[in-house]
Amino acid sequence: MAQAQLPMNPETVDNPSEHKAWKWYDYFTFNVDHKVIGIQYLVLSFVFYLIGGLMAVVMRSELSTPDPDVIDPTLYNALLTNHGTIMIFLWIVPAAIGGFGNYLIPLMIGARDMAFPKLNALAFWLNPPAGLLILGSFFFGGAQAGWTAYPPLSEITANTAQSMWILAIVLVGTSSILGSVNFLVTLIKMRVPSMKLVDMPLFCWSMVATSVLALASTPVLAAGLVLLLFDINFGTAFFKPDEGGNLIIYQHLFWFYSHPAVYLMILPIFGIMSEVVPVHARKPIFGYKAIAYSSLAICIVGLFVWVHHMFTSGTPPWMRLFFTVSTLIVAVPTGVKIFSWVATLWGGKIRFTSAMLFAVGLLSMFVFGGISGVTLGTAAFDVHVHDTYYVVAHFHYVLFGGSVFGIYAAFYHWFPKMTGRMMNEGLGKLHFILTFIGTNLTFLPMHELGLQGMPRRVAMYDPAFTFINQICTVGAYLLAISVVPFIINLLWSWKRGDVAGDNPWNALTLEWTTNSPPIIENWEVLPVLRHGPYEYGMNGQSSEGAIETPEDAPVA
Amino acid sequence: MNPAEVNASSDAQISSEVMSDLPMAADHHHDEAGNSMFGFIVFLLSESVIFLSFFAGYIVYKTTALDWLPSGVTGLEIREPAINTVVLVSSSFVIYFAERFLHAKNLWGFRFFWLLTMAMGSYFLYGQAVEWRSLEFGFTDGVFGGSFYLLTGFHGLHVLTGILLQTLMLGRSFIPGNYDGGEFGVAATSLFWHFVDVIWIILFVLIYVWQ
Repeated sequence: MAQAQLPMNPETVDNPSEHKAWKWYDYFTFNVDHKVIGIQYLVLSFVFYLIGGLMAVVMRSELSTPDPDVIDPTLYNALLTNHGTIMIFLWIVPAAIGGFGNYLIPLMIGARDMAFPKLNALAFWLNPPAGLLILGSFFFGGAQAGWTAYPPLSEITANTAQSMWILAIVLVGTSSILGSVNFLVTLIKMRVPSMKLVDMPLFCWSMVATSVLALASTPVLAAGLVLLLFDINFGTAFFKPDEGGNLIIYQHLFWFYSHPAVYLMILPIFGIMSEVVPVHARKPIFGYKAIAYSSLAICIVGLFVWVHHMFTSGTPPWMRLFFTVSTLIVAVPTGVKIFSWVATLWGGKIRFTSAMLFAVGLLSMFVFGGISGVTLGTAAFDVHVHDTYYVVAHFHYVLFGGSVFGIYAAFYHWFPKMTGRMMNEGLGKLHFILTFIGTNLTFLPMHELGLQGMPRRVAMYDPAFTFINQICTVGAYLLAISVVPFIINLLWSWKRGDVAGDNPWNALTLEWTTNSPPIIENWEVLPVLRHGPYEYGMNGQSSEGAIETPEDAPVA
Repeated sequence: MNPAEVNASSDAQISSEVMSDLPMAADHHHDEAGNSMFGFIVFLLSESVIFLSFFAGYIVYKTTALDWLPSGVTGLEIREPAINTVVLVSSSFVIYFAERFLHAKNLWGFRFFWLLTMAMGSYFLYGQAVEWRSLEFGFTDGVFGGSFYLLTGFHGLHVLTGILLQTLMLGRSFIPGNYDGGEFGVAATSLFWHFVDVIWIILFVLIYVWQ
């Protein structure tokens, strides 16, 4: 560095108040700091989580009786469409990828910011208009065709709302592509020189896989949606069978993105798991390379399984066979990760913090969802439960029991880094218990509903299903209540929580070597990597031990 | 891992400039132009997936359609589009010469060939516009009409973007000393132009040759 240098005064390093800090209004501007952008993503997506959750509560209220008597069935369709859309595109994806990805990646690899800070801010600011389009579409009846927007339904119902929905998805898709370019370049090019690829924390590996997957698949969705938009608004015939169009092509284009989208929502969570589990179990991660490379395997194999969503779309038998096999193969790298986390827990000094509780909860719920996923991936079984509540049960176990639990774990784990204060453990445990019971109460009975043949996406059902549906509804209310202690905890701890210090968990990854919250350019002096990310109890590290701080590094 | 690999900025000193130059001050050991080029290539790869999806869709439509051409349409005239193709593909070589002149610090040579590229690109767009006006089928005439206009239009939009980028880079060549240290913008625009050309070759084969 050729600039003027000042001698370091260790006291200023230890005192965050000496540094320029962001003010509250900076979080509402086109700020290019990755930490600000990460928090922007997290807050925006959490707001949409609450909105999407409210929609779910209204739907479950409707389903507490067999007749469509609480709300209009058209509104029910709009709610189910936008509940799915919001939870996927405006909650899990922006929270897990945009939020934690942006906040953590530069901190974990010892960079001062992302490779393209302005592009990063642009990617974030595409999200609020998308959210407004989704919410605004309710004034035009709301899109009716489900989050999959299959034609012909999407072309013959609520045209204006459906067009707004398409534009919203194209916006978040663009955001996702720009964000992924940024992540990939940052991860490949911006690591501190002492960090090789195989020294990266596993969250970074999972974000490499996530970014590659998003870059390879998102444009395909954009292509499909552009064709749909033209069909609806400009009279083309791409998906109109009576004019020579082909409906199945839409399904291929849609699922070529939307199946990998499932991995976009879970790969970052796998990364979060690989961070949270070793820290709170005080043990080195089991099988670092196996976990790292299995993310890449999921990324590649995940691109070739999409037709398992289309087993009942007139798919020829050879295709059913091929995609059954490829789908089951994806379970292998996923299982590698599960076993690695279990092996990490084995014999560890487990601290049941709120973060760890959610991580362990995730492990059990995700395995359950994974097993029902294997059953659904088998064409012979899938054709019987296609479009029933069995499918709804499966993906809520994976997305709620998996992704949302993972996001919660990440909140509890990194909140001290983001705010400098600890979250309240009592409220956290209450939150976990309510969420865990609520999740199982809501989604476990849905398997039975599906096996009995209750179709999904309908506001009315056979009275024989009433009792099980009422159990699900009670569970949904419990889930709604479970968010309350979390919100109280967030707000209270943010202002009044115990002061966390730089490294409250005694973790070894680089984000814990800087202040909490980190200073604007992350470090006064970039940290030097002197041990791997998970060497708890190794090389003289006490399993309870503190991390080496930059001050311990040899000085020039 | 190795303390010997301590990077230059981690000697125990802080830079006053880093703090005053917020928020963009990066550590200077990172090669920013290299990052930008890497990012741009990744972006182009992602962009090409959109075209690949359209091409894949087109192939499936064409091979499965009962009546591919709208009634009254016998096929596409290939002569003018072929000339257009030659012009566009040649411009890829011309822009390469422009870059060579820039490397050799010959700014006027760069500008001449750069402008020639822009002229060839503009001729391509003009030729496409003439073709569009002469056709007797429209955007809404079946899947054939829709996909023809969508593919050529989407590609044309990329050509237009390329020309606008080239205009920008041409203007920036008049800022003294601007291109002394090599220029990411010129290299990226040139790469984008090659990309647009390759897409056109595939598109030409799919739409005009394969009838």
